[in-house]
Amino acid sequence: MRIPYFAAWLIAFITCGSLTIAFETEQQKFYNSSAGTSVLRIISTADISSFEPILLAFQADNPTIDIDYVVASSAQTMQAIYDEQAPFDLVISSAMDLQTKLANDGFAQTYVSSTTDSLPTWAKWRNQVFAFTQEPAVLVVSEKAFRDLPIPNTREELIELLRDNPQKFWGRVGTYDVRTSGFGYMLATQNSRNTDSFWRLTEVMGRLNTRLYCCSGEMIDDVAAGRLAMAYNVLGSYAENRLKTLDGVKIVPMQDFVSLMLRTSIITTNAQNASGAKRMVDFLSMMETRPELSAASGLPAVQRQETTAAKGLRPIRLGPGLLVFLDRLKRETFIRNWQNSIVQNNPL
Amino acid sequence: MTLRFASGSMQGRLVIQLALIAALLSLVLFLVVRTVAERAAADTQDNILLASATSISDALYSERGAVRLELPYSALSMLGSISEDRVFYRIAVGGETLTGYDDLPLPTSLDANQFDTYRYKGETVRAVALKRNFSTGNQSRDVTIVVAQTRLGLAAISSRITNTAMATGAIFFLLATGLSLWAAQSALAPLTRMAGAVTRRGPSDLRPVTAKAPAELAPLVEALNSFILRLKASLNRSEDFIAEAAHRVRTPLATVRTQAEVVHRSLNQSQNKTALREMIRAIDESSRSAGQLLDHAMVNFRTDQFETTLLDLVELVQETTDRLSPTAGLKDILINVSHDQSSFPFSGDPILLQNALRNIFDNAIKYSPADSTIDVNMTSDDEYRIAVFDQGRGFQGGDAQSYLNRFSRGENVDDVVGSGLGLTIVQEVAAAHLGRVEIQNNETGAGACVSLILPRG
Amino acid sequence: MRFLLVEDNAQLAKAVSDRFALDGHAVDHAADLGDAQAFIETTDYELILLDIMLPDGDGRDFLRRHRNSEKGTPVIVMTARSQVSDRVSLLDLGADDYVTKPFDFSELEARCRAVLRRQGGVAHNKFEFAGVTLDSLEGTLTTPLGVETLRNRELRLIEIFFAAPGQIFAKPHLMDRLFSFAEDVSENAIEVYVARIRKKLSGTHAKIETVRGLGYRLVDQS
Repeated sequence: MRIPYFAAWLIAFITCGSLTIAFETEQQKFYNSSAGTSVLRIISTADISSFEPILLAFQADNPTIDIDYVVASSAQTMQAIYDEQAPFDLVISSAMDLQTKLANDGFAQTYVSSTTDSLPTWAKWRNQVFAFTQEPAVLVVSEKAFRDLPIPNTREELIELLRDNPQKFWGRVGTYDVRTSGFGYMLATQNSRNTDSFWRLTEVMGRLNTRLYCCSGEMIDDVAAGRLAMAYNVLGSYAENRLKTLDGVKIVPMQDFVSLMLRTSIITTNAQNASGAKRMVDFLSMMETRPELSAASGLPAVQRQETTAAKGLRPIRLGPGLLVFLDRLKRETFIRNWQNSIVQNNPL
Repeated sequence: MTLRFASGSMQGRLVIQLALIAALLSLVLFLVVRTVAERAAADTQDNILLASATSISDALYSERGAVRLELPYSALSMLGSISEDRVFYRIAVGGETLTGYDDLPLPTSLDANQFDTYRYKGETVRAVALKRNFSTGNQSRDVTIVVAQTRLGLAAISSRITNTAMATGAIFFLLATGLSLWAAQSALAPLTRMAGAVTRRGPSDLRPVTAKAPAELAPLVEALNSFILRLKASLNRSEDFIAEAAHRVRTPLATVRTQAEVVHRSLNQSQNKTALREMIRAIDESSRSAGQLLDHAMVNFRTDQFETTLLDLVELVQETTDRLSPTAGLKDILINVSHDQSSFPFSGDPILLQNALRNIFDNAIKYSPADSTIDVNMTSDDEYRIAVFDQGRGFQGGDAQSYLNRFSRGENVDDVVGSGLGLTIVQEVAAAHLGRVEIQNNETGAGACVSLILPRG
Repeated sequence: MRFLLVEDNAQLAKAVSDRFALDGHAVDHAADLGDAQAFIETTDYELILLDIMLPDGDGRDFLRRHRNSEKGTPVIVMTARSQVSDRVSLLDLGADDYVTKPFDFSELEARCRAVLRRQGGVAHNKFEFAGVTLDSLEGTLTTPLGVETLRNRELRLIEIFFAAPGQIFAKPHLMDRLFSFAEDVSENAIEVYVARIRKKLSGTHAKIETVRGLGYRLVDQS
């Protein structure tokens, strides 16, 4: 799952559509239905391979809806909707902050149905942003590297471990490069908000010549290959998918708290097939009842009954708070601080 | 209670007036509650906006001669905590946007914290603008902070408040109306009590009203009592008048008749005797008519003030026939009473009934030949029937029932003294007791039958 | 018989007294309640005829007082009022009967007779003649052959003869005594009643004899 070129979008956003270049897409696929009478146009950050089972299941229920599925990065998705008002009906994205901004700035339609009503309050905002997955950020460790070391269960233990064993972890810790990964940036800013230990951890990781990645996939690959002893803030859902084919890798959910990333959908204000989009929103909201889809796509559905607080699960809160870290000055400051902490020993 | 004279109900008017007042008060209550609560809600939003803007202004700092800002997370998240409203902000230094939404309007002049409401991005927003003088090095810069929020949450609160205020108003109204109903009832209770006390009285109960009445009703009670007093006096006067009139008319008649009888006995000339007999007959006729007129007046008077007691019709018939048997005996007429039940309990006015019976028997005796029998058959099935059979000449000519009309007499009775009022009296007494009179000629042989029929129980 | 008449109208009182005298009754007249009281204290009457409206009080008060005293003299009230209103109170107060002015003397006599009959035996209302006894109150005729009950007119007719045996009574006189003024009857009607009493007297020594051209009389044939 690639969420690159965030900075590029940001420049485009800040200069407010002065660039005329059209958004870039990564994949596109048209799904003909059995009796198609309308086309549902979706722009999404989830690649076709993971999302296809969901789309097919949807079409099985709604045989009259063809689907035009376009995959783009979150930044390109933002540009397509925010700057170019591209004719998409539904936006599916893991970038909660950008989805929030779309809704806040008036690009999302309000929709209320009995299905959306049944969503927990943390899984929707303004009846415009609807979450359909809850994906934890986890620590992924190589079992081989931790053969004679205790696996840390909290961030404090992790800091201690790294501090006590610098020689073992030098160059063998991986995490997101928040400068290039929008998702990494969101996780980092939320971590910084949730715990004081974030900056100390960043500091410690900086001293260990931590390697920076754009994407979860590569980090997991390097852990599996033994090049990394651990990767911090990896998307758990993604990791679990990969673990089906990889050995020697263990997923560790932090016990102090686990950030829950919510994958959300919004119906655009200029949707031409709003009714189709609404059906899709209802369908995605009820994915909890179709565990086979979660299994096939590797996307864990929003759990209505689960008490998130008990498990230390902390859903990232939808709402204007997310807009704070999109602020230009805020971002500049954050990235500068982060860079000062993490890049002290290996200037990039 | 009769409603014939009712022109609107006092209680109804009172209730309606109180209900109108309650409605007015409810409306005022509704408006006040809504205004105050909406003001409070709006103030809450303003306060949060101001707190947000203040926290932003507190986060300003200068760096290398430039104004910098680290937007506090709480500045926007606090706005999201009470509602899901859209949030916009803009920080401008000397008119140039530092960060935020470029197109968010800046106030033209600004002295203190300024609140404003306007349309932005297709929705109404509430905005606060804050100006801070900020020195960077030796330079002083004007920083304007604008924080705006849509008012959906406020609208939701407002509609909730409106509903609550409306419910409060409605409950208040219902409560007040219920209470006013009660109040009106209890205020008018003495009046109802008094009316009840007067209504329950018998027709001849002319005592003054002594029921306790509130001061407001005292004049009414006084007027009523003085009216009762006058009515009583007037009734006494008319009773005395009737008695006096009868006395004055009848005493001279009695004198003349008695003298005529004395003279009649001493006369030997058959012609003179006949003339005197005619005179006595004329006297009898006029005195009988006068008596029946007086009886008729009395019957009317009593039926107007109808009062019943429980009595036995058999006893009543017996008494009446006993009283009349000397008269009947003069013609050797036998009155024979039979009844199929030992007693006929009935609720009625004994004086009226006796008068009716006496009229029937009088007629029967009058028209019966000497040495005959009058049969009185009393039967009871669905109703009481007192049938009086005589052996006289019967009714002749026209509809038998027409004899019941005032002053109407049969065609064959010129030789018998009578006024034609007798059966009318019987008819009126029967009607007052919800009964009727039937008259017909006897099926077996000569004579008439007059039946007084009264309802049972 | 001896009556007390309490009546304030002198003319009426005179007429009534005269009328009673014709039938052989003695009448004392009291013009007011005071006189009436004085009369009943000194004399025993067989019957009191009482007017209601009197100059010195209401006849009903007198009636009440009279009933409270030990005297049992029956009272017949003569009223000029409406019968309806007075009836109850008069009888309740103890009047034995009442007549309404103006009254038929035959009726008054009949009522007096009825009242006295209820009152119980008065000695000199029995007449005896030729072995036949007439009880005018009971209406019976006792002969050696047995007791005969008399009907009203028979009684009244036979009473006339027994009161004055031997006296000749003309037909018109008998008719006046027997029939009311309201009745129109021929003189022959009297023969019917004479025939009836002759039949009841048959087998005795008493006989009603026809005096041709003059009338009838009662004779003893023993």
